[in-house]
Amino acid sequence: MIRKTAYMGLFLATALILSYVESLIPFYFGIPGVKLGLANLAVLFALYRYGWKEALLLNIMRVLLAGFLFGSLFTIIYSLAGAAASFAVMCILKRLGSFSIMGISMAGGVSHNVGQILVAYLVTQTPGVAFYLPILLAAGLITGLLIGMAAKKVLNLKGAFKNQ
Amino acid sequence: MKIRKNDIRLALAVLAAALSLFGWQRYHYGKMTGNARVIVEREGEMLGNYPLAAEERLTFTDGQGRKNVMAIRDGQVSMEEADCPDKLCVKHKPIDRNGESIICLPHKLVIRIEGGEEEEVDVILR
Repeated sequence: MIRKTAYMGLFLATALILSYVESLIPFYFGIPGVKLGLANLAVLFALYRYGWKEALLLNIMRVLLAGFLFGSLFTIIYSLAGAAASFAVMCILKRLGSFSIMGISMAGGVSHNVGQILVAYLVTQTPGVAFYLPILLAAGLITGLLIGMAAKKVLNLKGAFKNQ
Repeated sequence: MKIRKNDIRLALAVLAAALSLFGWQRYHYGKMTGNARVIVEREGEMLGNYPLAAEERLTFTDGQGRKNVMAIRDGQVSMEEADCPDKLCVKHKPIDRNGESIICLPHKLVIRIEGGEEEEVDVILR
């Protein structure tokens, strides 16, 4: 239990560092919402190594902390929406058992973007926010695949994170 | 844990959805004539309506004094300044196509292009 708590702290720190790294990369395509989602790497890892409860806790904590550190109250609400949508979809698909970590991560990336568009619609009351939906769908797929491949590599590391 | 058939099915399904949506948008919104309008709204309420062909630089301030500066120039609309926290609207590429929008989420301000009448002819063969 103590060991697990320590590891959870470690993963939270990792997620925060990844959020920070992401905020440093000038990765901007002129369309809001297209980003790598590096912090999801830590969430995926926790989801596979522990379970949904631990991953959920990690997810909420990293959104709140990263929001207070690098964003504002507004960005917290916005990223919570994306994180919640993506997390719910990833958990359900993982339970189904018919997707690999890449498929789950892709579904997560796509639903993250869809969730954010829905919130943007609720905030602005303008259906026009859906204009970039096709691009955001494709972008979520690609970034999700990249993050899924990275998470798979980390999970496959022999000797790392054993005996927890 | 290799990539599985279902992963590929999922990816193809999303790609198909994205492509068909994109095609539908191009079909419906792509054709423009010169009389498109620039519409500015906050929470669904219209603040302004200008021709895309105009040269304008306008400031929109909300009830709490939060500002956005929009510019229409050379048939393109951009957000030149904003005092919102993320500045995503300022970084947004200038828009010039029917249906496109620039949205400042923190200020709930939406700029969109609309009403470029669709052309009567489908194809011109030469």
